[in-house]
Amino acid sequence: MLLNIKDLHVSIKGKEILKGFNLGVNKGEVHAIMGPNGTGKSTLAAAITGREGYDITSGGIEYKGKIINDLEADERANMGIFLSFQYPVEIPGVSMTNFIRTAVNAQREYKGLKPMPASEFLKKMEEKKNLVEIHSKLTKRSVNEGFSGGEKKKNEIFQMAMLEPSLAILDETDSGLDIDALKVVAKGVNSLRSEENGFVVITHYQRLLDYIVPDFVHVMYDGRIVKSGGKGLALELEEKGYDWIKEQFDN
Amino acid sequence: MPKKTENILQENLLEYYRDNKSVLSSGLLDSVKNIKEKAFSFLTNSKLPGNKDEKWRNTDLGSIYSQKFTLGCQAEKYDKSIDEIFVCEVHGFESLKFSMLNGWFYSPGNKKIKIFENGLVVGSMMEAQKQFPEIFEKYFNSVIEENQHGLIAANTLLANDGLFVYVPDNLIVDDSIQLIKMLNREENLFVNSRNLIILGKNSKLSFLHCDDSINHSPGFLNTVTEIVVCENAHLHLNKLQNLNDSTSMVNSTFINQYGSSNITVNVITYNGGLIRNELNVNMLGQGSHADLNGIYLMDKSQHIDNQVFVNHAVPNCSSSELFKGVLDNRSSGVFNGYIFVGRDAQNTSAFQQNNNILMSSDAKIDTQPFLEIYADDVKCSHGATVGQLDTEALFYMKQRGIGDSDARLLLMFAFTAEVTSKINIEALRLSIEDMIKKRLRGELSICDKCVLHCSVPDMPLEFDIDLSKI
Ligand SMILES: Nc1ncnc2c1ncn2[C@@H]1O[C@H](COP(=O)(O)OP(=O)(O)OP(=O)(O)O)[C@@H](O)[C@H]1O
Ligand SMILES: [Mg+2]
Repeated sequence: MLLNIKDLHVSIKGKEILKGFNLGVNKGEVHAIMGPNGTGKSTLAAAITGREGYDITSGGIEYKGKIINDLEADERANMGIFLSFQYPVEIPGVSMTNFIRTAVNAQREYKGLKPMPASEFLKKMEEKKNLVEIHSKLTKRSVNEGFSGGEKKKNEIFQMAMLEPSLAILDETDSGLDIDALKVVAKGVNSLRSEENGFVVITHYQRLLDYIVPDFVHVMYDGRIVKSGGKGLALELEEKGYDWIKEQFDN
Repeated sequence: MPKKTENILQENLLEYYRDNKSVLSSGLLDSVKNIKEKAFSFLTNSKLPGNKDEKWRNTDLGSIYSQKFTLGCQAEKYDKSIDEIFVCEVHGFESLKFSMLNGWFYSPGNKKIKIFENGLVVGSMMEAQKQFPEIFEKYFNSVIEENQHGLIAANTLLANDGLFVYVPDNLIVDDSIQLIKMLNREENLFVNSRNLIILGKNSKLSFLHCDDSINHSPGFLNTVTEIVVCENAHLHLNKLQNLNDSTSMVNSTFINQYGSSNITVNVITYNGGLIRNELNVNMLGQGSHADLNGIYLMDKSQHIDNQVFVNHAVPNCSSSELFKGVLDNRSSGVFNGYIFVGRDAQNTSAFQQNNNILMSSDAKIDTQPFLEIYADDVKCSHGATVGQLDTEALFYMKQRGIGDSDARLLLMFAFTAEVTSKINIEALRLSIEDMIKKRLRGELSICDKCVLHCSVPDMPLEFDIDLSKI
């Protein structure tokens, strides 16, 4: 199993947000996670990627057969875990190109590889930029600085394409995207889909799942998964909202 | 508690002047002798600045005043070229290089002044006084205001030499002029040097002023630079300061700007035990602009003090200040931005910003704007921030696989980029940025022998080639 989360409890500043979360992702699978605002979807992403301040009080995150609870964020990234941020961060003064090149080479170093030769890097960048249809001038700017909402999201997928992770977590990558951008993002994700990789796609809208077809859909509520199903579940949620689930669960 | 120190320096300075007066004033113009006499009486009647003075509250020179210095040292004969003594860190940047060693103009064959075909004059202050007495007399000590502090008086009194630059009207100087100032003595030198730079009407000059240590000996540099920027002239001045941890420097720059002139000053402090930069700009002609920027990267127990004074004396001028600093360990800093807008200076715009990153809880910065405004049609803004590195950005970078120390370095470097982006000579900017990276990685020459950490030096960081331009 690529990712195996068992009975995960996570607190932020002493407040429990994830309350016994379970999820298993095999290689080659796409899991969608849906659920009302504030139920802990981004918290889950933060816990998997090793963000500081998200305390795992019990349970475990196993990735590629290793418990990663205590690993630093950069080590988890180097092991192939990628997060497309719900709110990508602006880093004034750090050019996109230097940033992504530093990241690519950090990951190569972790694998014991030499830095990528400049020509190869540039070629790869050209290719991936075309894939996600981002404008050349964006990669000359500082990371995310002054990017539009849609550009930021595309930039996340661009970085994913450059880093070729084993496990990609997309946290609302579709929100704020117009329909063309949505298709581009989906194209980027689908091009990376393979027998070797797994995806966790967090979204509020069924629409994205028309383009990135999931193997499983989970509904998260109050810090855990309360319902799982196939892609039909997303359609049902779109139609009926979350009240029926909340009712079921609250009782 | 710092132990009580005794000010022996002031008496030593006065005594040295009294004892060596005849030597010190030989070959001087009468007007210069007069100016020195006035400085002598100023220094006799007032104390060297100390932390009882409002403007020196947070910069304590007490430990310097209690030291015994070698006050006069003879000029060394030119038997080694500058390149042999000192390897300039500013690579790939072509400039006309001039150097000063231990306070004396240092040049091949003792050639003290160079007069270029186009009329540009660059050379020793001593010699300029002889060869260009009229120009010298007209401008020397004319930019400094009255009632300056004792260290400036000491400089006027004791400075033997310095660099003289005269750019005639309408001359655009294509190459940058670079002044490399070095100390190479083992003893504790007190060096006063005095520079005078004159830009004629419609002229243009790029000047690079480097203060470097080439050994680990202590010293005190007391430098005064007077600059006159005539109508419609453009000055681009970069100051690079890379001194060892036992050297102190008080570097006072006075600039008079006349109508429609334009200046950019970037003060980059890489290293130094104690550095105080006083930058005084007088805007005396309408339609002028001053862009004043700085970067300081301090650690260990280093101290940096930037005092910026902009005097908007006339209408329709603008000034902009951006100073950014990173302070680590127990280092401390002061930023004092004083903007004065006179009653007649309508339609003034003055902007000031000072941003600081404290890397440790023991590092300190004291930042203060001081605005004094008497005109009513004025756009003024000022701001100061003191913070840590952005943790959101750090996590974002680490999530991409970049290790903690590299992520921090990238962020610190990025923090300074806003200032370096204002350096309009590409090769120089790249070179200065490169030195900043090295400094942040702890690899800059003067600090590489140091056991105290600046940063992790053997961490490979992949921004050696700037791909962003491809
Ligand atoms: N840094 C924090 N400090 C305090 N509370 C937090 C913090 N981060 C998240 N929370 C709280 O944890 C809960 C879960 O937040 P989370 O962001 O994981 O929700 P989400 O499911 O991603 O919501 P959305 O759909 O709106 O993105 C919320 O109640 C939120 O207020
Ligand atoms: Mg969220």
